[in-house]
Amino acid sequence: MLGILPKSKLARREAGWFYFFISPWIIGFILFTGGPIVASMLISFTQYNISKPPEWVGVENYTKLFQDDIFYKSLQVSTYYTALAVPVGIIFALGLAVLLNQRVPLLSAFRTIYYIPSLISGSVAVAILFQWLLNPTSGIVNYVISYLVGPNGLLPLGIIGPGWFFSPDWVVPAFVIMSLWGLGGAMIIYLAALQGVPTTLYEAAIIDGANAWQQFRNVTLPMISPVILFTFITGIIGSFQVFTPAYVISGGTGGPAYASMFYVLYLYLNAFRRYRFGYSAAQAWILFIVILVLTYFMLQVSRRSVYYESANDEKVL
Amino acid sequence: MAEQALSRPVQQTGASNPPRRFASKRFQENLTSIIATVVVTIGALIILFPVVWMLSTSLKGQVEAMKMPPNWIPAEIQWHNYYDALTFNRFDLYFINTAYYAIMVMVAEAISCSFIAFGFARLRAPGKNLIFMFVLATLMLPEQVTLIPRYVLFVSYFGWRNSYWPMIVPAWFGSAYLIFLVRQFYMTVPKEYDEAALIEGANWLTIWWRIMVPLSKPVIGAMAIMSFMFHWNDYLRPLIYIDENKLFPVSLGLSMFQAPFGGTPLHWLMAASLTAVLPCIIIFFFAQRYFMQGIVVSGVKG
Repeated sequence: MLGILPKSKLARREAGWFYFFISPWIIGFILFTGGPIVASMLISFTQYNISKPPEWVGVENYTKLFQDDIFYKSLQVSTYYTALAVPVGIIFALGLAVLLNQRVPLLSAFRTIYYIPSLISGSVAVAILFQWLLNPTSGIVNYVISYLVGPNGLLPLGIIGPGWFFSPDWVVPAFVIMSLWGLGGAMIIYLAALQGVPTTLYEAAIIDGANAWQQFRNVTLPMISPVILFTFITGIIGSFQVFTPAYVISGGTGGPAYASMFYVLYLYLNAFRRYRFGYSAAQAWILFIVILVLTYFMLQVSRRSVYYESANDEKVL
Repeated sequence: MAEQALSRPVQQTGASNPPRRFASKRFQENLTSIIATVVVTIGALIILFPVVWMLSTSLKGQVEAMKMPPNWIPAEIQWHNYYDALTFNRFDLYFINTAYYAIMVMVAEAISCSFIAFGFARLRAPGKNLIFMFVLATLMLPEQVTLIPRYVLFVSYFGWRNSYWPMIVPAWFGSAYLIFLVRQFYMTVPKEYDEAALIEGANWLTIWWRIMVPLSKPVIGAMAIMSFMFHWNDYLRPLIYIDENKLFPVSLGLSMFQAPFGGTPLHWLMAASLTAVLPCIIIFFFAQRYFMQGIVVSGVKG
């Protein structure tokens, strides 16, 4: 940025225009991102609620967090949710995309049906909808389960639908099911990637005698692996930040027995219910570190398994 | 362009459709196609199921709504549920509120992001790559990190409690993801356009407004829609900044309407929920083409 100035007058003028165009971003960055990052770092070392000036307490917030059972619980809930929702979501979305990439009639209708829920998934309305669909006693999902495989069902296996959002063991799977409903966004991305794989590669594979699975394993998967990595990383980042459905469904309690106390829900409660700003800022920084470490780890692991067609392409991401 | 990849008929590309060299393969191909169609149809029914149930419940009477097994077609269609639910809690006001600030944010982001992206895509300057790395790095940053300082800044310094400014003002300074999206598109436009215009005596501001913006209407459209949908469904920000009932957006109104674990009649709740998501679905149908393009540009090239 500093250092060597462009030599010619023309280049200097162009550089001036560049800074003119990006100036809103620079101002916004300083005011709403960079400044707040520094402030948030400082606040995390203080005891602070908005009515009194902050009081420096050193690393106390962090040491307290590591003794806070609910904090561990929230970390565990979000990790469990992410570990379940992200891989399952990718497998289903990829499977659907591969199926839609066969000769399926009414392709655009199917694409639309699968895609629309992803527009609204994560909203308050969808949280309310699933709360009722998965209601243990009066919800339709448990009714269908008992109709099909219940004690008096068509196939009497004696299976009774779980308590879903009311059961400590089933509440996270219930959230995963809700997130799966919105898998259309990832599916569309995979579908576009699949259609971008050159046909010649499949022709070559067939001449070599590859069967359908071998074609998928050795041509399709490597060719779309960068896209899978991209959705994997954005999926992890997004899953750790789930807030709206968790807040709406548990009414802000994280219940039952803190089993739906998602990480960001606990962060929100500390900040805006108890006004422990310092404590909450420390939580945010730990979240950032978790996300950073996971992303770094993913990128390292993926080096061997992700195939980049043109390593000379402009290096962005 | 990615758009072409999507609209290209699938029959000509794709995993299972190599050129049919061997007639014996035809049977197998048809079988694959049939199995795929069956599985995809079942999946689509499962995906549609919650929406159909929501629509059906929203048109029932209070008692019928709770009945198990449900009637899929209500005994008597109760259109007035929508009127009752939406007037019960001033949803008319909430809709106007949400539309107002979501549109304000959308316009601000469309202008600011296309403006900023132009700099990154078309102009050369020392330090450009470094700054762009910063833009991308902010994508990694969870918004919770800046949540509290922003709150302190907006509420105690600017006095923006119970106002939409905390959503609208930052939008004028661009959003990293949308900047990235538009920049990817601008990069594909030939440099000759700029050079020709410069020779004609145009300055860069004119090139942006007169050449790049008209050329990139589809991508700016896609970006604007994404921005609108995000803010229409946003919950955390209004929850933090707004506690005055008459300023609520739909998301807040809906969550207040739903008293946790019972209270609000189900048929009203479903009528209100369906109405809350309807704008997103309608916009999708009107702007489907833009939409797909935006997703594909951001996803595949990202």
